[in-house]
Amino acid sequence: MSRIVLTAFLPFIAAIILSGLVLWLLGANPVAYYTIVVQRGLFSTGGLQASATHMAAPLLIGASLIVAFRAGIWNLGGDGQFLLAAVVVAAAAPNMAGILPRWAALSLCLALGAAVGAAWSVLPALLKAYQGVNEIITTLMMTFLGVSLANVLVKLVFADPHTTVPQTRTLPVADRLPHVFHTTISSGLLVGVITIILVQLVMARTAFGLKLRMVGASQKAALHAGLPVPRLIFSVFGLSAALAGLAGAVDILGVQGNVRADWNPAYTLTVVPLVFLARLNGFAAIPLMFLFAILSIGGESAARRLGVPNQFTLVVMATLLILLGVSETLDQRRRNGGPG
Amino acid sequence: MAALLTQNFITALLLGAVTASIPLLLAGLGEQISEKAGVLNIGIEGMMLMGAYAGFLLAYRSGSPWLGFAAGAAGGAAVAAIMALLCVFAGLNQVVIGIALTLGVQGLTALLHHVQFSQNYPRLADFGVLKLPALSAIPVLGPALFQQPLCVYLAWLAVPALGAIFRATHLGLSLQAAGDKPAALDAAGVDVVIIRGGAVLATGLMAGLGGAFMAEIGAGIFVPFMTNGNGFIGIVLAMLARGKPWRVLLGAMLFGACLSITTALQVAGIDVPTDVIQMLPFAAVLLALVIFGRQASLPAALGVHYLRGAR
Amino acid sequence: MLSLQGVTKRYPGVVANDRLFIDFAAGEVHVLLGENGAGKSTLVALLSGLQTPDQGFILLNGARQVMKNPAQALRHGIGTVYQHSMLVPSLSVAENIALGGAWWRRPDLPGIAARMATICQDIGVTLDPAAIVGTLSLGEQQQVEIIRALLRGSRFLILDEATGMLTPNAAQELGALMRRLAQRGLAVLFITHKLREALAFGDRISVLRHGRLAGQISPERLAGTDHGQISADIVHLMFGSAQSAAGPAPVPAAKAGDSPVLQAIALAVAHAPPIDLAISAGEIFGIAGIDGNGQKQFAEALAGQSPAQGGHILLDGQDLAALTVGERHKKGLRYVTDDRLGEGTIGSFPISLNLLFKNLADRPFWRHGIEQPAPIHAYAEQQVAAFDIRTPSVDTPIGKLSGGNIQKVLLARELSGPARAVIFAKPTNGLDVQNTIATRQRIRAAASGGLAILLISTDLDEILELSHRIAVMAGGRLVGVVENGPDARREVGEMMSGLAE
Repeated sequence: MSRIVLTAFLPFIAAIILSGLVLWLLGANPVAYYTIVVQRGLFSTGGLQASATHMAAPLLIGASLIVAFRAGIWNLGGDGQFLLAAVVVAAAAPNMAGILPRWAALSLCLALGAAVGAAWSVLPALLKAYQGVNEIITTLMMTFLGVSLANVLVKLVFADPHTTVPQTRTLPVADRLPHVFHTTISSGLLVGVITIILVQLVMARTAFGLKLRMVGASQKAALHAGLPVPRLIFSVFGLSAALAGLAGAVDILGVQGNVRADWNPAYTLTVVPLVFLARLNGFAAIPLMFLFAILSIGGESAARRLGVPNQFTLVVMATLLILLGVSETLDQRRRNGGPG
Repeated sequence: MAALLTQNFITALLLGAVTASIPLLLAGLGEQISEKAGVLNIGIEGMMLMGAYAGFLLAYRSGSPWLGFAAGAAGGAAVAAIMALLCVFAGLNQVVIGIALTLGVQGLTALLHHVQFSQNYPRLADFGVLKLPALSAIPVLGPALFQQPLCVYLAWLAVPALGAIFRATHLGLSLQAAGDKPAALDAAGVDVVIIRGGAVLATGLMAGLGGAFMAEIGAGIFVPFMTNGNGFIGIVLAMLARGKPWRVLLGAMLFGACLSITTALQVAGIDVPTDVIQMLPFAAVLLALVIFGRQASLPAALGVHYLRGAR
Repeated sequence: MLSLQGVTKRYPGVVANDRLFIDFAAGEVHVLLGENGAGKSTLVALLSGLQTPDQGFILLNGARQVMKNPAQALRHGIGTVYQHSMLVPSLSVAENIALGGAWWRRPDLPGIAARMATICQDIGVTLDPAAIVGTLSLGEQQQVEIIRALLRGSRFLILDEATGMLTPNAAQELGALMRRLAQRGLAVLFITHKLREALAFGDRISVLRHGRLAGQISPERLAGTDHGQISADIVHLMFGSAQSAAGPAPVPAAKAGDSPVLQAIALAVAHAPPIDLAISAGEIFGIAGIDGNGQKQFAEALAGQSPAQGGHILLDGQDLAALTVGERHKKGLRYVTDDRLGEGTIGSFPISLNLLFKNLADRPFWRHGIEQPAPIHAYAEQQVAAFDIRTPSVDTPIGKLSGGNIQKVLLARELSGPARAVIFAKPTNGLDVQNTIATRQRIRAAASGGLAILLISTDLDEILELSHRIAVMAGGRLVGVVENGPDARREVGEMMSGLAE
């Protein structure tokens, strides 16, 4: 138990402290900063609900990364998959809202988002399966391409003719994902939580999940056991990208309502450290994404009050990732009884 | 279409291509060094960005662009030192640390920029061009290629210089051995960690220079996240160049042309939306990967941490 | 020139070199003979600076020397040509030789080429300095490594299993080269398992067995005595004369018209010549031979992990060509791999799942694809009891178990259910005495239960103890098949040592 505390919480706390040091060096007061973050992100009703709502997309991106990483695939294309799905859903939703009942329109849009995301992963999947091209590079390139394409679509194809600001048509609040009971929390949160729990269960409790984990743990053993490795790799890409696309759909349908030009929350790389901190476990990821959301929402308030831009979150995440790596290696060395 | 083949268009295109290609060239050459030695350096985007920031900062504060370049190189190398320590020496996963460094530099430079410059967004003075006497008189090519700032010519010189190092020094041999078969290098009595660590530092230095160029010459200002994938494109260039620096130059020019084609099109009177243009370099990269992907031969020991005795 | 004084080296669970006292003199080709596991590679590692002795020391020209890394060994004049090439494949011959110089200097390729030419002429070898090493044959690569050692001023040259992958002709050339080198005043240490070459190329022979010096043949004896007599003595030294603990169980008399359980007909694997093999129910067929001679590729082709180039695999008369690994497993063809940790199991997964590797998604362990912990757990408990697997629980990650227990899990997995034919690859490798005996008993029990067993092993004692018939695999093909009996040890020893070639 104490080992889990050490390897999970210690890096997180250390990251907070080290990043606080950076703040201090830049002339801001770290204590004041974190106080505002916690106050605005957690201890105010509005802030708490905003944090809960803003968990949804990171949860789904986290699910996307968990599926991929467990199978040994570096799908870093989540941002492109997210954004393109968001744009397509933002364009389709207002049209569907007029024709279909709310539940049907929303469900269809969610499925559409997932499909777009999956489609955007086909090229890197093919390149890896048939040409052995490293997927880190291909998925990163697809992200840049996807972000540009999304901008083109927003500005030129799906632009709202009724406003001067370049964005898609806004989905009326009545047609968006409903709120949870009497709060202002979007039910997108439920989609996110349920999905990541499902992902965790599939990965941990089904034969399919076991096969993916085997491929990720040891390709040699997977071959020895007779698994169809290329086909599995393809499935992993599709699944992971679909989840990222779903994240885009949920964000539009639940929070944003439209896509503005040049909008890109860029969750993927930022969520990577959290996913590793959760040891690729879906259940553990939930509270971590909550903490991340608090940091983001609270950080926005702190940015206005203290003048510290919310890119600070990136610094925290990067520090976390490095500290995680260091603590893992130290832990392994200790267990093996000496260097190497 | 005829408008595309006018002298003005081509000159404008080449001019823009050269400016846009230098950061790609430097990043690509830098990544080539790491790659040869067997290190997959994903953090290069972060090293470039740090170079851009440090370069801009020092150029602005000191008024000397050359000090800016020095700072850029130092900044990139500093980030690379972290990677060398954690990955080459301690054996941490190269991809994870590369992502962390890129994230960290993105956040840090955005923060620093906000603290220091968000009030006034200062601009750097224009860098003077050096007109090469006879060469710049060549029609079409002349004004585009040979009327550039001095640092462009220096960057071009890096290509044959690196080629010479790779082909004609013991260092080049050691680099190749470190990436192909580190055990053989170890058996020959050369320290693999030092060679690989040095390669990573060199990559950081060059990427830092590339970033500094982007800020000082290319844009004249620093904007957070301004490298916008140039570092990653550098990785692709290195992959496709298969060990030959001149191929990095070729690729950099091609992609640089894609990056800069907007201005040239405006000169030709063709109006294409900027966002479509922005897709072009990445689409070109992916096309190149599709066509040449299989041939992109990477060193055998790439990404594999070397442990003596673990054969 | 070089002397081992009580050199001892231990690894977890085994004493690789046990108090060795050996002298190596200049101008002599000293052969070190011994079978796999005798401690030869460890000795090479100690001499070349890759490892240091736990006890004892090395005397070099009368002075005590400690060599902590390859660079130091090189500086002391010890050059090593390893079994596996230590050359960089993408560089040229001259560049490989140049490797290791001052980093800013230009490699003196023409100078190296000139010096190479002189030495090549001296010792009668032709090599192109500009040739890319990756394109050279193994024999040529070895010559490059020898030239490099000479150019570095080595006075003590170690050749580790250098002829292992060479054609007979190339081996002859190498042998002659060694002689010429010795004549130039070098001390040459030639490590081999091939008796014939030892007699042909060596001046002095030391035999290693289980880490100890089993005996030495002096130059006088070698020159004076008949080679046939010396061979017999050496085989005795290398393999011992211990009788097998228990002879194999008698093969049940084959009924007339009984077809063999496992058959390979003209099975072509990789670039090796076709293999024909037939094993009956209750029979243990042993394949002996030095590691790396195609045994693994053969086993993988039979199991379905890699495709065969041609020929047929029949199990109970049915052609398995179209079946996957999982399907062959279900039909009854089982494969216990030698790579326990890399291939056979996944260390971080629990024992229970490792037991069901090749039964993924099967009922009752998975229903509609969902894991059913209760049947999985119950089955695992059952297997743990049946195969005496020592573990805190069936959920323990298998990587935490000892080697012996991991092997038991592999056995449990492959021997359970409708098994018809089982391939064992080095089944007792790395196991302690108790587990070794237990594993061999399992193999015997499986055979008497009616299974056809293919036993691939580098441990000759094991082969002799268990097999009904024995073949030797060299270069991917089967060299001869003998019935197990009182002469088997000598016959197999001769086949392995190349005398019978």
